[in-house]
Amino acid sequence: MATAALDFSVLAHRPATAAAAESLTEQELCSVGPCQFPLPPVQNLDSFEREVMEYIKPAHGTTTLGFVFKHGIIMAVDSRASMGTYISSQTVKKVIEINPYLLGTMAGGAADCQFWLRNLGMQCRLYELKNGHRITVKAASKLLANTLFGYKGMGLSMGTMIAGWDVGGPGLYYVDSDAQRTKGQIFSVGSGSLYAYGILDDGYNFDMEVEDAIELGQRSIYHATYRDAVSGGTVSVYHVTKDGWKKVRGADVGDLHYKYYPDADQHPTYGASPL
Amino acid sequence: MAAPPLQLHTPASIGPASGPGDIKSRPAWSPYDDNGGTCVAVAGSDYCIVAASTRLSTGFSILTRDCSKLFQISEQVYIASAGFQADIRALQKMLQTRNVMYQHIHRKPMSASALAQLLGNNLYYKRFFPYFTWNLCVGLDPEGKGSVYTYDPVGSFERVGYSCQGSGKDLIQPVLDNQLKAASPLVLPSENWMTALPLEQAQDLVRDAFVSAGERDIYTGDCVEILTITTGGVHRETLDLKKD
Repeated sequence: MATAALDFSVLAHRPATAAAAESLTEQELCSVGPCQFPLPPVQNLDSFEREVMEYIKPAHGTTTLGFVFKHGIIMAVDSRASMGTYISSQTVKKVIEINPYLLGTMAGGAADCQFWLRNLGMQCRLYELKNGHRITVKAASKLLANTLFGYKGMGLSMGTMIAGWDVGGPGLYYVDSDAQRTKGQIFSVGSGSLYAYGILDDGYNFDMEVEDAIELGQRSIYHATYRDAVSGGTVSVYHVTKDGWKKVRGADVGDLHYKYYPDADQHPTYGASPL
Repeated sequence: MAAPPLQLHTPASIGPASGPGDIKSRPAWSPYDDNGGTCVAVAGSDYCIVAASTRLSTGFSILTRDCSKLFQISEQVYIASAGFQADIRALQKMLQTRNVMYQHIHRKPMSASALAQLLGNNLYYKRFFPYFTWNLCVGLDPEGKGSVYTYDPVGSFERVGYSCQGSGKDLIQPVLDNQLKAASPLVLPSENWMTALPLEQAQDLVRDAFVSAGERDIYTGDCVEILTITTGGVHRETLDLKKD
C-alpha cells in the first residue's frame, strides 16, 4: 500500500496553539479515565475477561524484590515473560525507570505494568511542573494506587514496588491491582517470590555494606529462577541512593549458575541421596 | 410488514434500545476468530527484514491464498500482524488515521519508535476488549540500524533484534534464537545485542524459516512476502510456498 502523501501547504499559517493547550483541563492532562477504554457488549464482563485472557494469554510470570538498608535501596528482578507454557521473552525490562529518582518493578500482566507505570511517570512529571519540586515516593505510590482503585474488579493484574529517594530519605512501597498499598523494608513479588524470600530473609541485615546488599539481591533472584519455571533470563540489580538510581548488575542466570557452582559435584543437590 | 432498518449493536445502542430484561444472551458466539499466518522480522546493523505469509484460514478451511499481512506506515516503517483478520484491519485503519493526524501535526513521517509507542498505547486502550492481533513494528532507527518491536495483544512491547509472531511462532522462533541470538540487552557491561549476520544470509534464513514452517503448520503456506528495508529503499520479493 502506498504511503499517504500529504499536502501541507494549507498549514502554512497555523493559529497559535498555546491557548488551546491552556484550555485543557487538569483531568484531560492527568488521567486516562475508565470511559476511554471501550468495553465489550456483553452481560457478564467478568467471565468475558477471563475467557479473553485464556485466549490471548498475555505475558506473565516473574520474580522481583526490593529492600531498604543503610546505604539506600536494592531492587533486583529477573527478565522472563511467558504466555502459558511458552517463553515469550527472556529480555524483558522489569525495572521501569519512572524518572531519575523513582523506580517501579513489574510483576503480573506485562502490558498492565508497562502502561500504568508509564502513566505514573507522566503524572509525576506533571506534579513536578506544577509544584516546582520532586514528588515524594509516598505520593507517587499513592497516585498509582488511586489510579488502580478506579479499575478495581476489572481484571487488571499488577504487583509492583515503587522505590525512590525523596526529602525523607529512601522509600519503598508495594502497590497492587487490588489497590493495596503498603510501606515496607523488604518485599518480594511474583511467582518466584517465595524462593527469593528464603535467601533474602536469611541474608538480610540493615547495616550491610553496598557490595553485600547487591550480591544478596542478585543471589536471591538467581535462586528463584533456579526453582521457579516461569522466572529466568537475566538478573538485573539497581541501587537507589540520594543521587538517584543506578543499574549495578546485569548477569545471565546461565553464567551465574557456573559462577556460584563452578563444579557440578559441589552443588548441594548432587549425589546426596540417602537411599 | 417491512423489515426494521439494520442496526449496529454497539455497547451504547444496546443499553437504551432494549430494557435490561429482554437482552438475549448467545453463549456460544465469540467475537473472535483466529485466521492464522506467520510474521518474521530481523534487524541488522544496516538493514531490516520483515516477512509474512499470505494464507488466510478459518478452522480447517483456506479463505484466500493472497492476503498481505504487512502494512506500510511511512517510507521505512511497517507493521506486520497475525491473528484475527477483522481486528487486524480495524487496527490498520485506526493506525492509518493516527498516521495522517501525526503528519499534519508534526509535518514529518512517523519514525519506527514513535509508531512503536503509538501501537502499544492503542493496543492497551482496547485492554478490556482486546484486538486479537499479534504484531511486529519494523523499520530503521535514526542511525539507519534495523529496529524490530514485538508486542502481545494487549500492548506490552519490547525492542528486539529479531522476532516471530503468529501461528508459526513456536516452530520458527527457536530457529531464529539458534541462528541469531546475541547477548541480552540487559547485561552489564553492555554488549552488542543485534544480529551480526550479513543481509544475504539473513534473507536466506527467513526464506528457510517460512519453507520449513509451511511443512508443519497448516496456517502457513501459499506464499510469503519478504521486504528488505535499507537506507537505499525497500525491496519487495515474494516466495511461493506449497499450496496444500
